[in-house]
Amino acid sequence: MSIIVNHVSYSYNPGTPMESKALKDINIVINDGEFLGLIGHTGSGKSTLVQHLNGLIKPTSGEIYYNGKDISDSDFSLKKLRGDVGLVFQYPEHQLFGEDVFSDVCFGPLNKGLSKKDAELKAFAALKQVGIEDEYFYQSPFDLSGGQKRRVAIAGVLAMEPDVLVLDEPTAGLDPAGRDEILEILNNIRKERGCSIVLVSHSMEDVADHADRIVVMNKGSIIFDDVPREVFKHARELDEIGLSVPEVTKAMVRLRKEGFDVDTDVINISEAVETISKCFGI
Amino acid sequence: MLRDITLGQYYPVESPIHRLDPRVKLFGTLIFLVSLFITDNFIGYIPAMIFLIIAIRLSKVPLKYIVKGMRAIVFLLILSVVCNLFLSQGEVIWSFRKLNITKEGIRTAGFMAIRLSFLIVGSSIMTLTTTPNNLTDGMEKGLGFLKVIKVPVHEIAMMMSIALRFIPILTEEADKIMKAQMARGAEFESKSLVKKVKSLVPVLVPLFVSAFRRANDLAMAMEARCYRGGDGRTKMKPLKYKKNDAMAYLAIFMYLSVIIAVRIIF
Repeated sequence: MSIIVNHVSYSYNPGTPMESKALKDINIVINDGEFLGLIGHTGSGKSTLVQHLNGLIKPTSGEIYYNGKDISDSDFSLKKLRGDVGLVFQYPEHQLFGEDVFSDVCFGPLNKGLSKKDAELKAFAALKQVGIEDEYFYQSPFDLSGGQKRRVAIAGVLAMEPDVLVLDEPTAGLDPAGRDEILEILNNIRKERGCSIVLVSHSMEDVADHADRIVVMNKGSIIFDDVPREVFKHARELDEIGLSVPEVTKAMVRLRKEGFDVDTDVINISEAVETISKCFGI
Repeated sequence: MLRDITLGQYYPVESPIHRLDPRVKLFGTLIFLVSLFITDNFIGYIPAMIFLIIAIRLSKVPLKYIVKGMRAIVFLLILSVVCNLFLSQGEVIWSFRKLNITKEGIRTAGFMAIRLSFLIVGSSIMTLTTTPNNLTDGMEKGLGFLKVIKVPVHEIAMMMSIALRFIPILTEEADKIMKAQMARGAEFESKSLVKKVKSLVPVLVPLFVSAFRRANDLAMAMEARCYRGGDGRTKMKPLKYKKNDAMAYLAIFMYLSVIIAVRIIF
């Protein structure tokens, strides 16, 4: 179930003075079961790129292959693709419309052509997975808290049981606890369902811990595509484009400078604890 | 999708028309619209067309862009042509069962088609070359004399500029919501009308919610900056007439006299 993005370019408003090139010759492969972090500054083209993955935007040039088939072929079913590649937009809670939480989550599976009963089963499982309790099922989605709304909206896509789950800044505007909650949920989803996850973010912290691979974008181009540890070695280049390495990596680099013998290629707290303990011989 | 609506969207280029005072453009547009209704024969449309072509040329907005915006009214245009063609009384030249095409019908149909398209092109040149802010500034200043009879000119202008400002925001929002629902398998291109209307519910509900949220936020932000209406408010960039504006007024009056002359002579 892989997605191949082959030499894709995209311009907004082509042929007018407002023309802007959002993507320039993008090549990525998204493998089965992979957790991919897509990082970039505001306006780097990451949101535009993910909308290509389920055919919402057609590339100006280049092709996208899903399981070896070109998605712009006339006999390719975009409707099926959108069930297979689930896309959660930025601030997904702004798209809730149902009279109650449960019927809103059922919208996706029903569109997929499932029977009412099957759709409800999937909605139930999805809501459970994002940690929404039964007591909220028949409340209006507009009465929930911000974090709950977002989880319901994610459940709305999850209920379609996609093979690839793409999330555009799912942690934007949440407090640290809400952020950790969402990231934890994503990790569980991946473990339990075995689907690939593409997580779009502008924060390295979001992806450092969970992602298998990080793709860094700047001004519509990909500049790094590697495992997190390798990407974070480019601290200076990342800094120049307004991104930064995780705080713990920064702290280790600083300690090294001050003369402590610690590893600088750590990417999370537990690794940092390990190398600091080693340095002090504990 | 919705981005294709260009009718009334500002087109950012440098041109003599763009630099004109908004009051001149408002006045010019008004005169142009009036002139279209003064004219009662085809000859009168020749100066109107020349005026329009000169304005388009000077504005540096590509004709293609203007025509693209016209697509929204094609249906209206066809409807008016068809109605005029078949429903006018007069000398019959072709008939099919109960439908008659008359000589007068052809004339009115052509007349209305030209009038309608000139109307749209004329007014879209104004909005294409003037930012919404400038436009309402011009309106506020130009209609300032109405304050004497207690018309809340500033408030009306403010409401207009907010409404205009929200058009692109809300179309963008609608576009985003439509895409998000499409990502959940929604389809908007249904043949049956009932299904089509039903399919809009998942777009309209979030759109209304978002409009209310934005209105609320805006009101709060204005309140926080002590906005309390037009009395005693000054402008950062007050409108001032320049030499070009005088020339434009001259051109507008000349155009109007030509139109009146044509009407009297022919």
